[in-house]
Amino acid sequence: MALDDRKRAFKVVGTRVPRPDGIDKVTGRALYGADMSAPGMLHGAILRSPHAHARIRAIDTSRAEALPGVKAVVTSADFCRAKHSFNQDALDHCMAREKALYDGHAVAAVAATSKSAARAALELIAVEYEVLPHVTEIEDALKPDAPVVQEDRRARNAPEGTHPNVTHVVSFGHGDLEAGFARADRVIERSFRTAATHQGYIEPHACLASVTPDGRGELWCCTQGHYYVRELCADFLGMDTSQLRVTASEIGGGFGGKTTVTIEPVALALSRKAGRPVKLVMSRDEVFRASGPTVSSWSDIKIGMTRDGRITAAQAMLRYQGGAFPCGTVELGAMSAFAAYDLEAVRADGINVMTNRPRQAAYRAPGAPMAIYAVESTVDELCQELGLDPLEVRLKNAARKGTKSAYGPTFDDIGLVATLEAAKAHPHYAAPLCPNQGRGLSCGFWFNFGGNTCVTLNLDADGTVGVTEGNPDIGGSRASISMMAAEELGIPYDKVRTIVADTASLGFNDVTDGSRVTFAVGLATIEAARDMIRKMCARVAKIWDIDEEAVIWEDGCARPAGPNAGDFEPMSIAEIAAIANKTGGPIAGHHEVNADGAGVSFGVHLVDVEVDPETGHTKILRYTVFQDAGKAVHPDYVEGQMQGGAVQGIGWALNEEYIYGEDGRLQNPGFLDYRIPVASDLPKIDTVILEIPNPGHPYGVRGVGETSIVPPLAALSNAVARAIGARLHELPMSPPRILQALKG
Amino acid sequence: MSRIHVRTTINGDAVEYLCEAGQSLLDVLRDDLGLTGTKEGCGTGDCGACSVLLDGRLVCSCLVLAAEADQRSVETVEGLADGDRLHPLQQKFLDHAALQCGICTPGFLVAARALLEKNPTPSETDVRYWLAGNLCRCTGYDKIVAAVMDAAAQMRKG
Ligand code: FES
Ligand code: FES
Repeated sequence: MALDDRKRAFKVVGTRVPRPDGIDKVTGRALYGADMSAPGMLHGAILRSPHAHARIRAIDTSRAEALPGVKAVVTSADFCRAKHSFNQDALDHCMAREKALYDGHAVAAVAATSKSAARAALELIAVEYEVLPHVTEIEDALKPDAPVVQEDRRARNAPEGTHPNVTHVVSFGHGDLEAGFARADRVIERSFRTAATHQGYIEPHACLASVTPDGRGELWCCTQGHYYVRELCADFLGMDTSQLRVTASEIGGGFGGKTTVTIEPVALALSRKAGRPVKLVMSRDEVFRASGPTVSSWSDIKIGMTRDGRITAAQAMLRYQGGAFPCGTVELGAMSAFAAYDLEAVRADGINVMTNRPRQAAYRAPGAPMAIYAVESTVDELCQELGLDPLEVRLKNAARKGTKSAYGPTFDDIGLVATLEAAKAHPHYAAPLCPNQGRGLSCGFWFNFGGNTCVTLNLDADGTVGVTEGNPDIGGSRASISMMAAEELGIPYDKVRTIVADTASLGFNDVTDGSRVTFAVGLATIEAARDMIRKMCARVAKIWDIDEEAVIWEDGCARPAGPNAGDFEPMSIAEIAAIANKTGGPIAGHHEVNADGAGVSFGVHLVDVEVDPETGHTKILRYTVFQDAGKAVHPDYVEGQMQGGAVQGIGWALNEEYIYGEDGRLQNPGFLDYRIPVASDLPKIDTVILEIPNPGHPYGVRGVGETSIVPPLAALSNAVARAIGARLHELPMSPPRILQALKG
Repeated sequence: MSRIHVRTTINGDAVEYLCEAGQSLLDVLRDDLGLTGTKEGCGTGDCGACSVLLDGRLVCSCLVLAAEADQRSVETVEGLADGDRLHPLQQKFLDHAALQCGICTPGFLVAARALLEKNPTPSETDVRYWLAGNLCRCTGYDKIVAAVMDAAAQMRKG
């Protein structure tokens, strides 16, 4: 769907209106995953493997079942086989079958009349394990004698002799690399490592399930995609999709980590067996051990540059591990690695390796931060070696309209150059620095996504409008959707109310991911509003007894146009609504689409740090985010996405990491030892929103949710390198690592 | 298992409940009293989502035993507004878009209230350090800090 009009003057879009769910959220009234209860409800609890890798020889649940208050115990035997292998992986992640594949893998679950009874019952379940050798690091998992995490999962396109743990082999690029490197004045090759991190949403996964003996089910859960949850759970329980109704609760953060199932099928199976509703809530320890995290990575980058800063060739080899199951995230890494550059010769290869870790879940721009960290660090090192300004070098090589991207498509209107220019012109770029301080810069990129979307608008008798959409609202999207409906209909924002429907009330919607909601649901809302306007104009044409084409919609009113202009008094939406029952009945607008044209998003981050040479601690002095939003529908929430993503990236760069012991167990499954940034760690995160309209959306909107987590990793690394005069090639840049680098 | 009889005051109302010896105040608030505005993010005192005031002092309700609330007063996010009049902190959180998902918001509001009752003129650094026990993964804290500073300014004006 094309951009309407570049010069369009917006009335509602671009303002900072109050969000509809705000008061509920500041008064404690909003209901999240764990906040719902049902009469007769039981409490569930999950038994998890203490071993990183073990064959499950037998599970004896009889003593647990005999405990007073226990109403059901389930194991993998209580689920169907999934229809597809990808779905089977999702189920096996929720409940281990033959083998426990990582520390924290679920092996059985109970439902009891109290939380304490459920916990006591877990201790009575006897699991007979045969402990197997395990592997948790990429390098180790590629060794010829490494334990095979799962048999028969090797990539079909893998060359002969590839280790069975390698599940994906991908390659992108174009041009003659050899000739490109030959033209360079300087070629460097570097290796980088990034640790696995967790999305770190503050709300643990939680759900309330109720299955009745006639095969019908209700599920309340915190999820980014309740339609997808329904599809998976119905498959695992052998239910018809239509018989399972899933309602998305308010969601306490997801960032990609709530795009799949973790405990929901287990709660449904417990409820079915017990014949009562079951609430299941993960502890924080379980969240760390058995949900999320991201991939960890080990990458090699080779880049050639001329003396004046032109990149002549660029090459990447990415190795990701995404836990104990095949994981395609490396493909997104390889596609995005060089997206910010206009390159004649480029190639990005990638492999994914299985390890005994939890199954990776998406995390904001999945796959991109680690790849772009490696590339942007290498570019920065070349700039240092050749004595070039890192911003000028980015500008010189920047992808722009017409650039054939490294991953294939040719870019349309994109905002990278404008974003770089904005950074160059910003006072931050010229601010003075003192000893032990350094400034870093990095570009970031995300593809963005559109996808399956379905929206209904209902005109109420008083002329106000209800919007029904199907995507959980994580950061204010109900406000943005109402704004776009109000804009299109020409009515005030507070005359629109948007709700997120359950799966039985509206057609299918893809998951809230890929920065898709404001773009795709917005687009469908605008089209649904146009559908409603056409219907209202037709009703008015009938009343006036003129042609439908002779009625136009302006400022919330139908007006006669063309030869009839001025013949009738305009009719407002309220007047049309009031007599709808006499002109043909209720009026609604509807649109369904598999939306295309999401429009990629670029960002540039600037950061100044000061490193304490005594302690190795990095303090952030200044931080500025520049990002192309296409059109910022609600600037507060666009800024919020830019700031939130930046701070998650800061955590990734400086503190956060999954630490596994020799025994294959996660050493830091809690917020005390897995330390995410807190308010006192940070300065103000400044934001500059650029608006380069997306040609694929009527208002020019681009998704903004993900790009912002990409640049901080390299921006921080480049800043630290310049502050201490030595470069780390590994994240996080924790104080001990910085002290080590300072020692040389 | 015999249960403990507790008489307490919650948000100004007299409340009685029976609890297990090992039950946390957070669990009783949420599971037994239906006060689900107080959230659980960790259960180990590390995230601040469960912040409440116990006799006016800021505590993590996940680390307080339900039995300890006997003869004391508890204030939660549900007690912040005065009927339909929002507390200035609540209003400023809305005005500054200081929440995205909102799961951390009750904890931040209760913690910020405790700060402003102690120190009506906090600096931005005071606010950032006082709130360092409250985790927010969505906002990067900027708008939260701005909201608290603005609420403090408004409350000083009265
Ligand atoms: S739930 Fe109490 S501090 Fe996290
Ligand atoms: S708004 Fe989501 S955790 Fe703070």
